[in-house]
Amino acid sequence: MYKLSFDPDLCFSCETNDCLNKCQHIEIDPETARSERHKIVRGEDSFVLLDCVTCYACEEYCPNNNHPFYLIVQRQEEKGIAPLPEPIVKQGVQVGIPFRGEPVIEKIDKTALNMGVFSSLIPRVESRLFEDLTIMSEDPRKMFHYFCQLMYLHYGKISLIGERLEKILETIAAHEVKKIVHFHDECYGTYTSFASAYGIEVPFESIHLFEYLHGRLEELKEDIKPLGYKVAYQRPCSSRLSPDKHPFVAKIFEQIGVEAVDREYVDENAMCCGSTVLAQKKEGSRQYCNEIQQKNIEDMKQAGAQICVFNCPACMQTLGKPVAQSGIMPLFLSDLCRLAIGEKVS
Amino acid sequence: MSLTSYKHKDVIHRCFRCGYCKFPTDWSSVTNCPAYARYRLESYSTGGRLWLIRAWLNDEIKWSENLAKILYACTSCKNCAEKCPHNFNVDIVDMIVAARTEMVNQGKLPKPVKNFLSNIHLYGNPYGISAKKRSAWVNGYPVQDYTNQEYLFYVGCEGSYDSRAQEAAIAVAKLLESAGISFGILGKDEISDGNDVEMMGEDGLFEELADKNIRQFKELGVKNIITLSPHAYNTFKNRYPEFDGEFNVQHYTQVIKNLIRQGKINPPQLEGKRITFHDPCFLGRWNGEYETPRKILQAFKGAQVIEMQRSRSGALCCGGGSGNFFTDFLGGSPESPSRQRVREAHESGAEILAVACPSCLVMLEEAVTAEKLDQEIQVKDLSELFF
Amino acid sequence: MNAVYNALIDIVGEDYTSNREEELFTYSKDLGTSPPQRPEYVAAPKNTAQLQEIVRLANREKVAIVPLGGGMTLAGLALPLKGGIIIDLKRMEQIIEVNEKGRYMVVEAGISQGKITSYLKKNHPGLMHSEPGAPPAATVGGNLAIHGQGDLAHPNGFNTDMVNGLEVVLPTGEIILLGSCAVDSGWYTMHPLPNMDLFMGWNGTTGIITKVSLRLFPNKKIREMDLFTVEDENLVPEILYEISHLGLTGDLIATSSELPPMMNRLHSITTMVTGDTAEEIEFKRHMLFDVTLSKYIREGTGGISGVSQDRPRPMVSKSSDWKKGGGFEYVGAIVPVEFYPECYRRGAEISERHDIPYTVLGRVIGSSHGMMFSWSYAFNRADDDTVRHAREALHETDEMVMEMKGTIWKPAVFGQQLMMEQMDKTTREMMKKIKTMLDPNGIMNPGNWEVR
Repeated sequence: MYKLSFDPDLCFSCETNDCLNKCQHIEIDPETARSERHKIVRGEDSFVLLDCVTCYACEEYCPNNNHPFYLIVQRQEEKGIAPLPEPIVKQGVQVGIPFRGEPVIEKIDKTALNMGVFSSLIPRVESRLFEDLTIMSEDPRKMFHYFCQLMYLHYGKISLIGERLEKILETIAAHEVKKIVHFHDECYGTYTSFASAYGIEVPFESIHLFEYLHGRLEELKEDIKPLGYKVAYQRPCSSRLSPDKHPFVAKIFEQIGVEAVDREYVDENAMCCGSTVLAQKKEGSRQYCNEIQQKNIEDMKQAGAQICVFNCPACMQTLGKPVAQSGIMPLFLSDLCRLAIGEKVS
Repeated sequence: MSLTSYKHKDVIHRCFRCGYCKFPTDWSSVTNCPAYARYRLESYSTGGRLWLIRAWLNDEIKWSENLAKILYACTSCKNCAEKCPHNFNVDIVDMIVAARTEMVNQGKLPKPVKNFLSNIHLYGNPYGISAKKRSAWVNGYPVQDYTNQEYLFYVGCEGSYDSRAQEAAIAVAKLLESAGISFGILGKDEISDGNDVEMMGEDGLFEELADKNIRQFKELGVKNIITLSPHAYNTFKNRYPEFDGEFNVQHYTQVIKNLIRQGKINPPQLEGKRITFHDPCFLGRWNGEYETPRKILQAFKGAQVIEMQRSRSGALCCGGGSGNFFTDFLGGSPESPSRQRVREAHESGAEILAVACPSCLVMLEEAVTAEKLDQEIQVKDLSELFF
Repeated sequence: MNAVYNALIDIVGEDYTSNREEELFTYSKDLGTSPPQRPEYVAAPKNTAQLQEIVRLANREKVAIVPLGGGMTLAGLALPLKGGIIIDLKRMEQIIEVNEKGRYMVVEAGISQGKITSYLKKNHPGLMHSEPGAPPAATVGGNLAIHGQGDLAHPNGFNTDMVNGLEVVLPTGEIILLGSCAVDSGWYTMHPLPNMDLFMGWNGTTGIITKVSLRLFPNKKIREMDLFTVEDENLVPEILYEISHLGLTGDLIATSSELPPMMNRLHSITTMVTGDTAEEIEFKRHMLFDVTLSKYIREGTGGISGVSQDRPRPMVSKSSDWKKGGGFEYVGAIVPVEFYPECYRRGAEISERHDIPYTVLGRVIGSSHGMMFSWSYAFNRADDDTVRHAREALHETDEMVMEMKGTIWKPAVFGQQLMMEQMDKTTREMMKKIKTMLDPNGIMNPGNWEVR
């Protein structure tokens, strides 16, 4: 099986404790942080394994790029302490099982667009923004053949990701595609961060959606009418796996003439949408989920956001409704870009 | 043809007859399928029709006048496709059209359908009137023949021959003229666009019409077409490209909306007028164009725009589509869709029922008379509101 | 027999009468697995007076009549087993009165459920009726004729428990009124007159319901669906009991299905959380998850699988097409809630035997006073073999229900006979007597609830 590339010595010699001290969800003093960190590395029990809300953020906080979050999930799995109740884990595991026949494989010469399991969003990419890309699979019945599996990081099921990825990679490879733009940055994170951390060979080059959009908007520069909105960005957990791509958000905002509101939960301090927290086993998780959602939305409101943009469909599903109820319009960032080039968005 | 060679053989049995297809978007009544609204027997619902088609192709039942009437009573208004929850909903109308094609191929057609098709075949229009009289509608008004103006104004059969629809054609021509648009008409050389011919399943005749039209348009150097009828708009825009006929096609409302925006047409004051808009199927459900006509209405200062209970994608069809304007399988009853529709317009409190389709115009105006509502509500083409 | 046809034309008009092949074919089939049963005539009356005339005609001519609403029973309950006239009641669809403060509405019985929902939403947004899970084309009269339930079943009971008055055309053509309307006092209660309801649940064999006063219930501004998932089916009854004890949430349903794989061998408990304000909703949700269900979450035996989900009314169900063949039929049974685990286990076994992915659902009726448990079997209408499998599975399920001491809901004729075989003799004889008394010529939907 695949092995996580984690350097214990690097961790032991780290002075920062950033992984735990920066954590928004666990109150911890530096000394405890150090000892808990070491326990986790050594494979001992740690309350962190129980209290982790699985927001991925420590992957970004780690100054050594040493994959602390993957390690936490691996330890959770080893110790059988899934953050979620068993039926929810089983439900999650079963969600990813393809059941409507095998995918139709067509060779893709151009750069592909991978929608992952979000076939329902295909109408949103029927746009000049994406006209040069070939959608890898449009058939919603086949979408689980393209499921990046990374969601199981929330389920304490990290081994399942590697197991299932073999088949997924085989399917994608069959398209003989060289370059893929991933609509969801969780897919991007899988084929870059996760694959590299586990030494999984990926037979194609991945392009982050935002990097692609940035380039495409540059090409469509003439057609952009600055939108002038004040916008908050709901940064998803998976974005923590590709922090180097996060600056593209600001660049895109500049290109389409919107203002990023000045708020607390931004960039490294972004707040989880709460979707994975809701059902966690830990006492009070549902209320905590409510609390962070309210804080997040209140923060957007205070900052004067008119629009909240999303990358992750799960964030959109979780936060879209309450965001809209608070008077802020939820939109996918790609849809905001479509507005800027004069397209209609439903 | 047996079921095995039917285009939709793998799908047609998947209709469960759950009846969603009878409803408008707001579920307010089971009468949003015009044929079912008129007859209220299950055989006339979309599900009933699909089961009958399958039974006919499967030899469970024989062809009959009644079966043909049930098929041809469908106006292809696409309400069913809008409401059916299954992913084959996009093919429902074609399931019916394909069965009609089979009736055409077998030469088993109801008389009104035969007349419709043979008139178009012989005269280029369903009225069976000579092509020479095709430009009679201009009625002395100076409309140029198309030479190489910027736009071809395609008037269509109703606008050319029906006295009421002619008034709408004149109104549109005057509007275009007043805005300084350079346009011409085909006059006696104009022939049917073929939209309803295709809906009635006469593929051969449709292809012939499309070929002739496209050839003529190209010979004349036509690039931009303005249509009076949404039916022509639909087929020019969506079907002609398949026959190598790529033109820039606009429904006249789309042109007028832009002219208003550019300040080239100034809608008059309609102080206190209560107006409601009836969505034509081939503008609305077939082409997703719901906003343009409403934007035009909103431009009339002082007018109060009211929505009927059923509007936009939930609008009830006037009952004129798929040639029913002529074949009249849905007429003759207080429950005819056109009459239900004008009652609904009247209930909305509107005093003007605005339309954007010559078929709807005629169908609904006749229905107003039948309902004895002439004093309460007027049917007007959008273009007529400017005068 | 042209006399009957002509008489029908005289009554309802030519447009609404048929003895033509196409209509007879269409009305010979329902949506489930029942073999076709051919009527001789179809007539669609507009009002009670026309219906009365048809009933009188049928008595004179000794022709069977079968009242039809939306035709959604799936169990062939409105198929003309003995020919005769199908009476399509869907033109009788007027809304006669809504009494907002008294929370009831009077409608003609052929009205669709969708029309009621839509009308109330537009005109009386604070009120709702109990809408069945059937497609919105299902009618009120049809639903009462089969003892339907709707999305207010928890905690309010069967839809037939939510009736304030009825008008019924008797098999001999007279009109009977039940409830306060019978003493000309409005349509606000079925009580306190002596109970004479001999029409609801009778499949139209004792009379044809023509007007109904429906009880309406408060419709809160926010209606959201929450989901809770467990793996152990044995936990379902106690969780349903506890949620109904809490008494703060609405429609309460447990489901499990093999496809899509997500819920395979898992049980999803859904309940409606409603409120006029976010505070009201959050209070209820807090009591539901953080108090009532918290121990399951802590133990890891149950978990929240969704909150605040929309459940539109009417619901659009695509379940008919799971075999890509446009068909499914189910056996419904009224059982105690504690039967859930056995119902699920044995149902899944039957499904497996017939190569049909299992789909089961239990809807709580009343305050856990019972449960409507359904076993659905999808089939492909174009494949006789799958239809046969579904039909066999349905029969096996009927038998299983009786074995388990359940009660089959809206049984097809096969199930009706099973029930009547097990029925207390005096009860059965009384059923027969009532039918004979009310319907001396035996014309009403014959073959249904027939005591042999």
